[in-house]
Amino acid sequence: MLDVIFIGLSLGSILLLVALGLAITYGAMGVINMAHGEMVMVGAYTTVMSATWLHLDFLASLPLAFVVTGLLGWAIERVVVQRLYGRLLDTLLATWGVAILVQQAVRLEFGLSFLGIHVRGLGPGLQNVKVPEWMTGVVSLGGDQVNIYRLFIIVVTVVLTFVTWLLMYRTDIGIQVRAIMRNPRMASACGIDVRRVNALTFAYGSGLAGVAGVMMSGFKTVFPDMGTSMVVDGFMVVVVGGVGSLVGSVLSAGLLGQVNGGVAAVTNDILARAVVFGLVILIIIVKPTGLFSYKGR
Amino acid sequence: MSLDRRSLLKAGAVGAAALTTPQFFTRAAAAAEPLRVGVLFSLTGGLSIIEKSLADATMMAIAEINAAGGVMGRPVEAVQEDGASDPKTYNEKASKLVIGDKLSTVFGSYTSASRKAVLPVFEKHDAMYFYPTYYEGFECSRNVVYTGAVPNQQLSNFIPWIVKNLGKKKFFIVGSNYIYPREMAKVCKILMKQNGAEFVADEYLELGHSEWGSMVNKIKNSGCDAVLSNVVGDSVVAFYREFKNQGLTHDKLPICATVTSEIEIAAMGAEYAVGSYTSFPYFMAIDTDRNKSFVARYRAFVKDPKAVTHHALESSYFQVFLWKQAVEKAGKATADAIREGVRGQQFDAPNGHVTVDADNLHTYLTPRIAQWQADGQAKIVDAYPQPVQPLPYVAYGETDNNLFCTRNGLDASKLKKS
Repeated sequence: MLDVIFIGLSLGSILLLVALGLAITYGAMGVINMAHGEMVMVGAYTTVMSATWLHLDFLASLPLAFVVTGLLGWAIERVVVQRLYGRLLDTLLATWGVAILVQQAVRLEFGLSFLGIHVRGLGPGLQNVKVPEWMTGVVSLGGDQVNIYRLFIIVVTVVLTFVTWLLMYRTDIGIQVRAIMRNPRMASACGIDVRRVNALTFAYGSGLAGVAGVMMSGFKTVFPDMGTSMVVDGFMVVVVGGVGSLVGSVLSAGLLGQVNGGVAAVTNDILARAVVFGLVILIIIVKPTGLFSYKGR
Repeated sequence: MSLDRRSLLKAGAVGAAALTTPQFFTRAAAAAEPLRVGVLFSLTGGLSIIEKSLADATMMAIAEINAAGGVMGRPVEAVQEDGASDPKTYNEKASKLVIGDKLSTVFGSYTSASRKAVLPVFEKHDAMYFYPTYYEGFECSRNVVYTGAVPNQQLSNFIPWIVKNLGKKKFFIVGSNYIYPREMAKVCKILMKQNGAEFVADEYLELGHSEWGSMVNKIKNSGCDAVLSNVVGDSVVAFYREFKNQGLTHDKLPICATVTSEIEIAAMGAEYAVGSYTSFPYFMAIDTDRNKSFVARYRAFVKDPKAVTHHALESSYFQVFLWKQAVEKAGKATADAIREGVRGQQFDAPNGHVTVDADNLHTYLTPRIAQWQADGQAKIVDAYPQPVQPLPYVAYGETDNNLFCTRNGLDASKLKKS
């Protein structure tokens, strides 16, 4: 029984890890960020590249991936997203385009493959990420064997969620972000530099996705399409939790994770996924604004 | 039909051009007119990772044949098309090659889906398709030469060997959720029963699924003593990683796989697969001069000193030579001539001696079992003493003295009885 709960917890933490960045870019900023999955993918490739070219340790690529995807997110906000605030459907199309561009850039090795140059760590193939020996295997916890890597993901998720909560609710910039969420024009009138804060918020959300990418790379397959399916899960969590609510995202990720793990244990994974989607539809019908609705812009 | 008006017009135009300029063609023939063949693999899309290597191996075989003087003194010219990892595109490109370019032979396909998509084109217009991948069987076409393994060539030695040499009696069968793993599971169950073993579960995950937490936990709690994996594609990597991360080891509970090849091992990192088993007729590590030379030539051909070779790639290579010998035996390159010529055709391939079955046009191959080593290479622990007859209907009761698929096609009455 305990192992099933642990797997549910682990599935929930993975969902939350991916959804956390989205909770900010979509939840707080109102951008349907289809490129979020690609940020996860870029984070994973940062791990691959830093290991092959810089010989960095797996853990050392955590901050690196945060910086790389944060900068990429910042650039995307400056070039594309900032022109589209308040136009929800346009952000969907534009960021989807960005997602395809990023994916192809990795697959075509930034165009170098046309010239016959092959960059190790890029290209259409599957990539190999080395995980430190101590992170593979199990530890005994309360008489049950617990997967160390999944435990580590849970720890990372908890830390990131806490940091995000601190940033949003205990710092000046967090107050500014929440003010912009409520009403950007009023916030601007009060002297908040909306452009700057928006860019930083988007960069932070993307950076979180990058960290998620590093964690994913250690036990999932790294290839250019890997982000596409994750963005669906991410949106699911944010929508069920209630757009703009951090607590809602945490709880919905936990709920969906436990349901997925529980159903999978009793029946099988294919059915579990169907049940999860059914539950999501049901929740949206009953509570269209999500479990913890929150009035934003 | 995907034959739209434009491709029909194009085909007509090509045909008309050929008719109006017969002199040009006959004159060119005097100076060794090239023999044209189609090469149809996905060069773009998700499957291009693997299919590009199959296309490369085919082109390498053609280059080697040309360097050695061609076929009947004529150089071989490849007309390459891109299937784009999409069965519909495969069908369109096959139509282009067979109807437009009037080719009698095409080498191509990796997935069963793409083969099924092109099959009607080849059967309707009577052209030959050379298919290099291991597949689920249950097909009997006079227009396809199958040079990859069928289930009995991957499993008939594998299951008995596991039972006898590893002493395993309780299997957990796991696979991706589509036809190949499901047909493989059928054959597995027949063989397990024959060998006094049993299966405790038969579970499937979606193709491309990468969340293995629940499944591996189930394996852990099932009480099985071996895992038989028919998992395909990128899920393989996540599976082996989760397996180790949950504290399972291959020395106590080995994964015995039918699809895990050198490519997946390289992607997951050899440390996750050390001690697990795979059954294939070909491994890169086969220790013969012929294979070592093949690997070296392939690496030089693709200009990648670290390139890996695998079963479908090796079949892609040797099937071109089978075609060459068939054409030379028949003296011409029409579909009928190739079909009759290729029956019983033999070749010394990198994996060993291969023979095309005279009845079902599948290929005799030597099943091998390998254990993965820390360097990512296979160590061959068991090999059949001789090549094994291909039985595409083994899951439905086909045996070597009761063939379902013969020269005259499929005997459907036998299929119903079983």
